[in-house]
Amino acid sequence: MTATATSTPPPAAPKVSGGKGGRTRLSFPVVLLIVAGALLALSAVRAITGAQDVTSAGQISAALAMAVPIGLAGLGGLWAERAGVVNIGLEGMMILGTFFGAWAGWQTSPWLGVLAGIIGGMLGGLLHAVATVTFGVDHIISGIAINILAVGFTTYFAKLWFNTGEAAAKGGSPKQSPPADDITSVTIPGLSDWLHSIEKHHWFFVSDVAGVIGGLVTNVSLLTILAVILFVVTFFVLWKTSFGLRLRSCGENPIAAESLGVNVYRYKYIAVIISGGMAGLGGAFLSLVTSHIYNEGQTGGRGYIGLAAMIFGNWRPGGLAMGAGLFGFADALQLRNGGESVHALLLLLVVVLAVLAAWKLYRKSFVQGAVSAVIAAAVLVWYLATDTVPTEFVSATPYIVTLLVLSLSAQRLRMPKADGMRYRKGQGK
Amino acid sequence: MKKFDKERLLLGIAAPVLAIVVAFLVTALVLAATGKEPFSAFGIMFDYGVKSDSQVYILNKATTYYLAGLAVAVGFRMNLFNIGVDGQYRLAAFFAAAVGGALTLPGALQIPLIILTAMIVGAMWAGIAGVLKVTRGVSEVVSTIMLNAIATAIIGYLLQQGRLGHLDEAGTKISTTPLPESSHFFEFPTTPTPVWGFIVVAVVAGIAYWFTLSRTRFGFDLRTVGQSGSAAEASGVNVKKMVVTSMLISGAVAGLVGMPTLLNDSYEYSGDFPIGIGFTGIAIALLGRNHPIGIALGALLWGFLERGTGKLEFEGYDKEIVGVIQGVIVLCVVIAYEVVRRYGLKRQQSKVGAELAAQAARNSDQQEVSA
Repeated sequence: MTATATSTPPPAAPKVSGGKGGRTRLSFPVVLLIVAGALLALSAVRAITGAQDVTSAGQISAALAMAVPIGLAGLGGLWAERAGVVNIGLEGMMILGTFFGAWAGWQTSPWLGVLAGIIGGMLGGLLHAVATVTFGVDHIISGIAINILAVGFTTYFAKLWFNTGEAAAKGGSPKQSPPADDITSVTIPGLSDWLHSIEKHHWFFVSDVAGVIGGLVTNVSLLTILAVILFVVTFFVLWKTSFGLRLRSCGENPIAAESLGVNVYRYKYIAVIISGGMAGLGGAFLSLVTSHIYNEGQTGGRGYIGLAAMIFGNWRPGGLAMGAGLFGFADALQLRNGGESVHALLLLLVVVLAVLAAWKLYRKSFVQGAVSAVIAAAVLVWYLATDTVPTEFVSATPYIVTLLVLSLSAQRLRMPKADGMRYRKGQGK
Repeated sequence: MKKFDKERLLLGIAAPVLAIVVAFLVTALVLAATGKEPFSAFGIMFDYGVKSDSQVYILNKATTYYLAGLAVAVGFRMNLFNIGVDGQYRLAAFFAAAVGGALTLPGALQIPLIILTAMIVGAMWAGIAGVLKVTRGVSEVVSTIMLNAIATAIIGYLLQQGRLGHLDEAGTKISTTPLPESSHFFEFPTTPTPVWGFIVVAVVAGIAYWFTLSRTRFGFDLRTVGQSGSAAEASGVNVKKMVVTSMLISGAVAGLVGMPTLLNDSYEYSGDFPIGIGFTGIAIALLGRNHPIGIALGALLWGFLERGTGKLEFEGYDKEIVGVIQGVIVLCVVIAYEVVRRYGLKRQQSKVGAELAAQAARNSDQQEVSA
């Protein structure tokens, strides 16, 4: 008896402290340093290339607005995967959110639209939970099925509800809803103008900081603030409460959780339904804040990008927020016709790849180093030979960034141990 | 164990039939809830779906869908989720159309060349995801989705006048240069419209899929990796190599998906080339349970549903109901398969238990006799 008791802790101990495979946890000063470093690199790029839009308040404000739906989708993924359910159905739940958000939004108030969007997403989450938790369907297959179902369902009802009677008279069509009212945006008076005046001088670094902060305090939707609060709340609930500990234990080792009396099914249900609600909110943000209308196909794969942001963030809210910011920035480039900005950022890519190549060569992994060096050289040639990036490639930027970032970071990540695995009550007996 | 188990076969069929019945019930509810009469809608669909021109349409559609289903199924059999069939077939069809439009060789040379181009482009595009998975640990689900969007951008960039695009005489549509007459694929002269000859290629691909997976060492390895990567590794299979190889094969088959349309119908790649067939392929592979005949039935069903609901538009219904039917079928079918699988496992266990108990009873009988 004593033998088993003493032999258990040691193998568990290194896992708790992160172990060799996991990456060391980022402390707050380190995060600030990374942010400052990124900002410095961006301002250098802006100063060298003259692409002023890279750090302008407009760009940052657009990036924030694009980061919110991606971040919310990622937050949805975080809830589900922390409880051990892979949720590729986020895209479908987002689509349900855009649809129901706009549907309730144009008829009543946008805030009711937000609520309807959340409920729509939660219904999608419930469906996913029934399929994966109760019936044990493969998580990815169930998610794909939900995406197909969500598209079919919304296409049918959009034609039925937005193309008839009052809706049609107010500008609805089979593929889009009538516009909904605004959700209030707030600007910090004084500060915003002051920052804008600094930004206009194009001083190195100072103007860039002013542009970034200016973008973050100008015309911020209340829904964006709600999203930020949800990030904080998610962190506290999942990591600082016993509820969160139990929920995460279902994602790490459901059999152990069960043996301690945790009702694993119930926690998984709760997590996946919340996950759907988050994705639905992200969808509602797209249809009510970004565009004011439901538009067929308006999610454009943001549910998947949200999932990628969560993977990039190592299944943690802080990392996810950084990932969402990065993808939001890339997403905003296409909105602002950012051929010039993307072209300027190619230079940054060259530097990053060159540093990576040097590091890999120093660590004697010659193949990877050579590959990085060759790609860096190719991008440099591209940068020097052209003045701007064609619009088609600008629209592909978020996807290319996602691929690049994941392929540079994926190996250092650790997902919840029982993520995506089938679990049946009593299977450990 | 008997090799052929009648009850098991019945169970296998029960799941999709159950799913389709449930799907029609749900659809009937949706129609009724939105104030439309459901049963006459189904009547219209069936009446129209069995007309001879509908049959030709369904066969032609199913040819494309079947290939898409196969491409997805190759990955599914080894637990590899190639969501990127969509981007792979579009990119492949685009480059194949460009190559075909640029050359005028005899058909016997040009048609294989076009098909080969498509398969290679599809395989390369899928291969990126495979290589990223084994070398960098990037989940193929995410990377293939990103590659879909990137493929769209590449096609959008190249399909412009002065690049690989070609403005038609009316000056309204940009496409690749149309294929010369010699590279039109043969057709079966059925009335009123011909059946595409590419259906033969689809059938051959189906047989090749069945043979490779169930009759070769490679297929065995592939299925082993799908069921347990560590077990396969332990028995000497190079899992990483298998991942890349099957991604390449899946992409090559995906390259074929656009070919029936290109070689038998449109003869060029333009903005109205069919899109989204990769996702249809996922649905069909799930429905057909990755079995070559099951996929064929699924492809035919999908073709039928699209044809039938298309007619509904003229009868006061909305043809978009097809999305609801298809979505519900897919979700129901994956749940039904799981329920049936569990039931089958339970049945097997109780059977083995009963046999063991009978054996034990026999043994104790014998002991009593000998005692």
